[in-house]
Amino acid sequence: MPTAQPPAARAPETAPPKIGPLELFLAFSQLAMSGFGGVLPWAHRTLVERKAWLTPREFVDTLALGQLLPGPNIGNMAVMIGYRFAGYAGAAAAFAGLVGGPFLLMIAAGMLYSNYGALPLVQQALSGMSAVAAGLVLATGLKMSGSMKRHWRPWLFTALALAGVGALRWPLLAVVGALAPFAIAAAWRDEA
Amino acid sequence: MMDAVDLPALGLHFALLSLMAIGGISSILPDMQRYVVEANHWLSGTQFADAYALGQAAPGPNMMFVTLLGWQLAGWAGAITATLAIIFPPVLLTLAVTRLSANNPAAPLGRAIRGGLGPIAIGLTLSSGWILAHSADHDWRGALLTLATVVLMLRTRLNPMWLILAGAVAGMSGIL
Repeated sequence: MPTAQPPAARAPETAPPKIGPLELFLAFSQLAMSGFGGVLPWAHRTLVERKAWLTPREFVDTLALGQLLPGPNIGNMAVMIGYRFAGYAGAAAAFAGLVGGPFLLMIAAGMLYSNYGALPLVQQALSGMSAVAAGLVLATGLKMSGSMKRHWRPWLFTALALAGVGALRWPLLAVVGALAPFAIAAAWRDEA
Repeated sequence: MMDAVDLPALGLHFALLSLMAIGGISSILPDMQRYVVEANHWLSGTQFADAYALGQAAPGPNMMFVTLLGWQLAGWAGAITATLAIIFPPVLLTLAVTRLSANNPAAPLGRAIRGGLGPIAIGLTLSSGWILAHSADHDWRGALLTLATVVLMLRTRLNPMWLILAGAVAGMSGIL
């Protein structure tokens, strides 16, 4: 059985760095505010390449677990990485760094939108931006579907979720609640 | 005139949704839109799509668009309620799992859950794109811009920020 902290993941000559809540807060603030078009590439650059707090392997393992859990991957990673280096205070510091700056930025955007959102030129810009944003989400869904198995069953669950939530506009809790047990049971049988 | 916003109900609904956000915020976007726009009439479809577009254009995690959504709904109180409701339940769950999984990583059940929920998350993400396109694209030119974005995202490694910027320019130039 693997131990809690696999020592093989880190190069043997480097001990795990000692990092406090303040450093975590600053690092995550910085990577969140640089993260135009997605924070994850910046997280890798900051945490693995520049600061070497994590090995590439540790980064991927943390990401995989973050993807399994609900919520934004990067938010879950901040909590796990912060906790790992500095316990609860570290988790809180990393997460606060991640969301603090963007929170204020969004408030500022909201204030601007309230004042200028009705201007024709702003409306035109926003309609172009939202047409692109819709395309970004569709492309993300299509990219994700590229990783699915060539088998009808997972595609059936994708189609049912799309039909229930996208086309019929049923509440998500009901649709996922009905589909998830069957989907997990089917995946469990494939595993076995 | 929009209806008055019920903040406790909004917080509770978003908190429940946050635990369903497998693969990120885009899988719960359709239900946020259904709840805020269609069921309660607190915002118009255009306002919702605008908030999402602004959130995409700004740096930071995608989920932070809920801050803007909350701000539009009820100012500071709305922004704080919506943000906390979306971020806290997953954080607490992650902390719990981090503590537990230190003892038992990569169990087969974890793989089955991921394998089973993955296809559903994809269906939900495609639903989000569909619904956003529906609110954003008023005619064939908007739809064409959405389609062009999809093609560029699948075929190139362009930073999405440039595409958003290009969309803003296309909109301002009156093409749409």
